[in-house]
Amino acid sequence: MHTIYDVIVVGGGPAGLAAAEAAYNEGAKKILILERDTTLGGILNQCIHNGFGLHYFKEELTGPEYAGRFIDLVAKTEVEVWTDTMVLDITPEKEIHVVNGDKGYQVLSAKSIVLCMGCRERTRGAISIPGARPAGVFTAGAAQRYVNIEGYQVGRRVVILGSGDIGLIMARRMTLEGAKVLACVEVMPYSGGLTRNIVQCLNDFDIPLYLSHTVTKIEGDGRVERVTVQEVDANRNPIPGTEMIFDCDTLLLSVGLIPENELTRAAGIEIDRRTNGPKVYENMETSMEGVFAAGNVVHVHDLVDYVTAEAQKAGASAARHALQGTPEADKHITVKNGNAVTYTVPSTIRMENIGKNAEILFRVNRVCGQSEIRVMSGDTRIAGFKRDHMAPGEMEKITLPRVLLDRAGEELTISVEEA
Amino acid sequence: MYDVAVIGCGIIGANVANLLSRYDLSLAVLEKENDVSMGTTRANSAIIHAGYDPEPGTEMARLNVRGNELTRQQCEAYQVSYKQIGSLVCAFDEADEKTVEKLYRNGVENGVPGVKILSAEEVREMEPNLSQEVRCALWAPSAGIVAPWELCFALAEAAVKNGAEIHLNTAVTGIEKNEDSYTLHTNQGDFQAKVVINAAGVEADTVTGLIAAPGFETAPNKGEYYLMDKSQGTLVNHVIFQCPNKDGKGVLVSPTVHGNLIVGPNAAACERGDVATSAEGLAFVRNAAVKSVPTLAFRDNIRNFAGVRANSNRSDFVIEETLPGLITLGAIKSPGLSSAPAIAEDAVKLVENTLTLTEKESYVNRREVTIFRKLSPEGKAEAVKNNPLYGRIICRCETITEGEIVDALHGVLPPHTIDGVKRRCNAGMGRCQGGFCGPRVHEIIARELGMDPKDVLKDKEGSVIIIGETKGGAL
Repeated sequence: MHTIYDVIVVGGGPAGLAAAEAAYNEGAKKILILERDTTLGGILNQCIHNGFGLHYFKEELTGPEYAGRFIDLVAKTEVEVWTDTMVLDITPEKEIHVVNGDKGYQVLSAKSIVLCMGCRERTRGAISIPGARPAGVFTAGAAQRYVNIEGYQVGRRVVILGSGDIGLIMARRMTLEGAKVLACVEVMPYSGGLTRNIVQCLNDFDIPLYLSHTVTKIEGDGRVERVTVQEVDANRNPIPGTEMIFDCDTLLLSVGLIPENELTRAAGIEIDRRTNGPKVYENMETSMEGVFAAGNVVHVHDLVDYVTAEAQKAGASAARHALQGTPEADKHITVKNGNAVTYTVPSTIRMENIGKNAEILFRVNRVCGQSEIRVMSGDTRIAGFKRDHMAPGEMEKITLPRVLLDRAGEELTISVEEA
Repeated sequence: MYDVAVIGCGIIGANVANLLSRYDLSLAVLEKENDVSMGTTRANSAIIHAGYDPEPGTEMARLNVRGNELTRQQCEAYQVSYKQIGSLVCAFDEADEKTVEKLYRNGVENGVPGVKILSAEEVREMEPNLSQEVRCALWAPSAGIVAPWELCFALAEAAVKNGAEIHLNTAVTGIEKNEDSYTLHTNQGDFQAKVVINAAGVEADTVTGLIAAPGFETAPNKGEYYLMDKSQGTLVNHVIFQCPNKDGKGVLVSPTVHGNLIVGPNAAACERGDVATSAEGLAFVRNAAVKSVPTLAFRDNIRNFAGVRANSNRSDFVIEETLPGLITLGAIKSPGLSSAPAIAEDAVKLVENTLTLTEKESYVNRREVTIFRKLSPEGKAEAVKNNPLYGRIICRCETITEGEIVDALHGVLPPHTIDGVKRRCNAGMGRCQGGFCGPRVHEIIARELGMDPKDVLKDKEGSVIIIGETKGGAL
C-alpha cells in the first residue's frame, strides 16, 4: 500500500514552492513537491537580473535569490521534495503517475493536488514567420538559458521580435555580453512588457523599438543571415513598401507565453479558452474537486510576487480540502470579461467559500488612460475602481467586499470604460 | 573497390541499401549531407498512399500499390511509427464527383484493396468535422501515415549492421567509367564501384548527367505545410484530400503518427534545395484547408516547413539502367515515399544485370528499440529499473527520455546534431519546438560524443548554435 499524501504539488518553481509552504502552514502533514528539473526554483534560476520581490519582500532580488528565499522556507518544513521527477499522468481518481531515475515509475495518491507547471514560450510556429529555417532563431527563454545557465553566447547581431519582458531582458543581457542588438520589433502598437523594462533594457542602451512592426521573412542557409521587418496595418497585415532589412545572425522571439496544461487537459479538467489555463474558483480549485492550480499555469503573470500570493491561496485551500473537504456551495457567481478586458481569474466565485473579500485578477486588451473598472451584475452596478493608466503588459487586481457580492446575481461582468 | 555504390541516403537510397545489404557484396552509400534523410524524405506529407492516383498501367501505379504493402511490413519489423488510417478524397461539386468516380475506377484497376465511394452521410459519420459541402468521398482504407525520416533511418541503420558503409558529408562531383567499374569523384576522395545506383532525389538528373544524358530533367516543386499542436490532432481521423488537380494531390488535412495534425501542401515551382516558406504559400494552404475542415484553428500551429518534390518533365518515375551498371532512380515525385520499397526491388533486379547476387545466411531485417512513451506502465517501470536514464524525461512535450537519446548517440548511425536527435528520437518535435529540451539535448550530444558544445550543430553544415563563451565563461 503506498502512502496517500495530503497535498501533492506538481512543479517546484515559485508557484509550487509557495503553495507547498502555505499548505504546510495551514496544517497539512504529508506534502510532496514533484519537480522535473534537477533543482527547485523553476525559470527563476535563469532570471539572473534583479527586480523580483519588490512587492512581497519589499526589496529588489534576483530571480535565483527570490527562489532561494522560498527554497529555504520549504527546507524548514517537513515538505518532501522529489527533483528530476516527471509527472506523466494525473487521473480523475487523483492518482499521479511519475517517473524518476532512482525511484522508478510510481503511482502516487493525494487528497489534494496543486498544479504549478508554469508556462512555455510561444514559438516561431505559433506566429508562422515565413522564410528559411536556419539556426539562430531562439525563443528568448532558450537563449537566456544558454547565456545564463550554460555560459554560452548565442549571437553577435541580434533582432528581437516581441517586446514581452523576457525579450526586453535579453536585449540588455545580449548587449552586456558584447552583442549588438539592432532592433526590438513589436507587432502591437504598444509594448507587451513592463514600462521599467522598456526604460532599463532598451532606452538605456539606445536600442530602437519599432511598434506596429513585425518580422516577415527569415533568410540564411546554415545560420540566420538577415531578416525583413515590415510595418503592419491596424489588422496586423504587413504594409508593402515598408520593408527594412537587418543583417543579423540571431532572431530572438518573445512573442507570448502559453500556460502549460497538457496534464490538466488529459485529466479532464475544464480549460478556460480566455487564459488557456484551467477554469478556477475563488480559492483556485479547478473543475476537478480537490485539484487546485496557481501561477502561470492558470494565467501568465508579469510579477512573481503575484504568483506567490496566488499560490499561497491555492496551497492553503488545498490543505483545507485535504483536512476537511471543500464545503458545498449553493450560490455560484460567474465572472465574465466585458469591454476591454481579456479574461478574469477566477471564472466562478462560490459565495460560501470566500471570507470577507474576493479578489479578481484580469488584464486589459489595450492601453487605457484615465478609466473606471466597472463591476456589473446585469444592469446593477456593484462597484467601480478608478485607474490612471492600465496596459496589457500589467495585470490588474480588484478586491470585492463580500457585502457587495451579496447584492450580485449569478453573473458579474468586469469591464473598463475610459474617461 | 565496392560491388555497389549508392548515391544519396533518403528514403530511396536507404531502401536500396537495406535490400542490397542482405546480399554477399560490398556496399557504400555516399550522402552529401551530414545525416541521412536530409532531402525530400524529411519534409513531405508523410502519407503512404493507397495507389488510386496514378494512371493504370504506369510504373507509379504498380509500385505505389506494392510499396504500400511493403511499407506496412517494414514499419512493423523496424518498430517505425505507422498507422493505417485510410484516406478520403472529398468531392465538393459535380466535377469533383466525376473525379472521385475516376479515382475509384483507377483504384480498382490498380488493385487497391477496399476502395469505396461513400455518400455525404457516410462521410460525415466518419468525419464529423468535415465541411457540410462535401458531397461524397472516395475511401481507401489501405492509406497510412508514417514517420518517413524514422523509417529511412531504421532502414539505413539495418544496412550498416549488415555491413554497408555510409559516408556522410560526401558529395559526388564527377563520375568516370572504367572497364568494369565506375570511379566516383567526391569531396572526400575517390570511390570505385562495379555498380552505381543514383538515388540523389532532386539532384538525380545532375548526378547521372555527370557521365551520361539522364533522359529527364528534375522540375523541383515546393510544398509548404502547417504542423499543428496535438490539441488539433483528433480533428480528423483519416487523411483528408481534396480532388487532385494539375499541380498534384492538393491540400490535405491529416493526423500524424505523433498525434499532431498536418495541413498542406501548396505547389510552386522552385529552385533546387529551396525549402523556405512564403507568406503567399502559407496563405494558400490556409484558405484551401478550411474548405475541407472549416474549424481548423491555425493559432495552434507549432511549425511551418516546406519540402521539394522531385517532379520532372516525364510523367512516370525514372527507374533505368542508363549505362551498363549505372542505375538511375530519378523523378521520384509523389507517390515516391509510398513506392520506395518497391522501387528498391526493381533497382536490385537491375543490379542483377551486372552482379550475381547471393543472399547472406543471416542479416538484420528488424529493429529492437526502446520507445519509452509507447511502453505500458509495467514496461516503463521495468525500463527505468534496468536503466535509470529512462527515468529522466528530457523532452517534456513528447516524453522522450535521456535513455533513448543516449541509445541513439551510441547506435551504429549516430546523430551529431540537435535535429538528428529529433529525427531519431522525437525530442524537440513537440509544441515547445525544443525551447526547453534543445539546450539539454545539446549538452547530452556533447557529453556522449566527446564534442566541444560549440561544435554541436542544429542541423546541416553551418547551422551553428553557440558562437562563444560568455564573459564569465561556460561551466
